[in-house]
Amino acid sequence: MNDIILPGDDQGALFARDRSWQPPAYTPGYKSTTFRAPRHALLSLPGTASELTGPTFGDMPLNPLDNDLIRNYSQDGGEAIGQRLIVYGQVLDENARPVPGTLVEFWQANAGGRYRHKREGYLAPLDPNFGGCGRAITDANGFYHFRTVKPGAYPWPNGANDWRPAHIHFSIFGHAFAQRLITQMYFEGDPMIWQCPIVGSVPDKAGITQLIAKLDRHNTTPMDALAYRFDIVLRGRRSTLFENKLEGN
Amino acid sequence: MLHPVPTLKETPSQTAGPYVHIGMTPNWAGIRGVYDADPGATMVSADTPGTRIILSGRIIDGAGVPVSDAVVEIWQADGNGSYGRPVGSSAEARPAFTGWGRQPANGEGEFRFETIKPGPVPGPDGRPMAPHVAVWIVARGINIGLQTRIYFADEEAANARDFVLNRIPDPKRRATLIARKEEGDVPQYRLDIHLQGDSETVFFDM
Ligand SMILES: [Fe+3]
Repeated sequence: MNDIILPGDDQGALFARDRSWQPPAYTPGYKSTTFRAPRHALLSLPGTASELTGPTFGDMPLNPLDNDLIRNYSQDGGEAIGQRLIVYGQVLDENARPVPGTLVEFWQANAGGRYRHKREGYLAPLDPNFGGCGRAITDANGFYHFRTVKPGAYPWPNGANDWRPAHIHFSIFGHAFAQRLITQMYFEGDPMIWQCPIVGSVPDKAGITQLIAKLDRHNTTPMDALAYRFDIVLRGRRSTLFENKLEGN
Repeated sequence: MLHPVPTLKETPSQTAGPYVHIGMTPNWAGIRGVYDADPGATMVSADTPGTRIILSGRIIDGAGVPVSDAVVEIWQADGNGSYGRPVGSSAEARPAFTGWGRQPANGEGEFRFETIKPGPVPGPDGRPMAPHVAVWIVARGINIGLQTRIYFADEEAANARDFVLNRIPDPKRRATLIARKEEGDVPQYRLDIHLQGDSETVFFDM
């Protein structure tokens, strides 16, 4: 009875982040971390209103094509080239409660593995009808979805011959600034996942498995798009009604 | 005493990578026509109450090189010390200040926010914390977003009482969180953020 979690409680303390589950700052296999990883230990502090609140997006008007990467950058009325996909999933917190009304942003390379970015040097061609960004706001049950093409694998300067497995980048807000998360989604069955130094920054194999979207034949659009499901878990609130009343947080 | 435990594990973080701008600041990256404006690009409007300020600085790595591919987000209280309203909500519902900003670093690693000076917010013990801005930094080579804060040098008395600053015993390290004031038509506060090295910024696990 004491462990009732307030559905509307957006002020309560969060569970401490499990740093042994998250990638450490310095991972030698991913060379860019060498000069960008702080060397001091993080200063652990209880969250305050500044971390336990955060920007909310429930009312933000989106364009109808914001979650359609196949068409949202169309220059000539045509569609992006590539294997057509629906990517969807549920944003939950560590208490397995849905996170509604939160902004999910995603970006990716085109079907050939090429990003539309001025610093990108891979020789695979740009697709004139593919920009590579999209966004969605989760519904009342925490679900988001978008349509895209499957991104290609691409080589990157790290080791002598490192290739990124096909992936989609995600940015998720939650309702607290301390829930803010950036991650990458991979595709079930891709053997390249297991040789990637960036994937390998995640210490636990079970954690890596959490980043792999599952092929979902039930939500496939016949003769159009395959579906992949990618659920996302954000930090959860540990506060209870009991604690809120007696300690006022 | 009740000790609830989580039932699911948080999704592991992965680096934002060098092309983070495609997803977070597409207009800035030259991908136009998808979003009307980059989210978080504008924090204030003509009718935002409070003291206008410019908050800027550089992100620098452990080799002293500017981090030119970072994206910085800030989250702050309004001038009265209260936290914001939904981003993009209707003009009537929004008091002209969302409290959230997002800016890419430029080629020199420089970020710049046009915002207002935040008011004091109560800390865990109910006493006010010194005015501050919560900061979150992502980039290539950052495996999990870095959390820190920016305080203001002209709030000396409040800074001396602040519960976060007081948890940093070394004055040199404490100083890594305090932006210096530079006069101008609009007051400017500047703070360089060092990811690593002798001047490494204090980062939090909060
Ligand atoms: Fe990528």
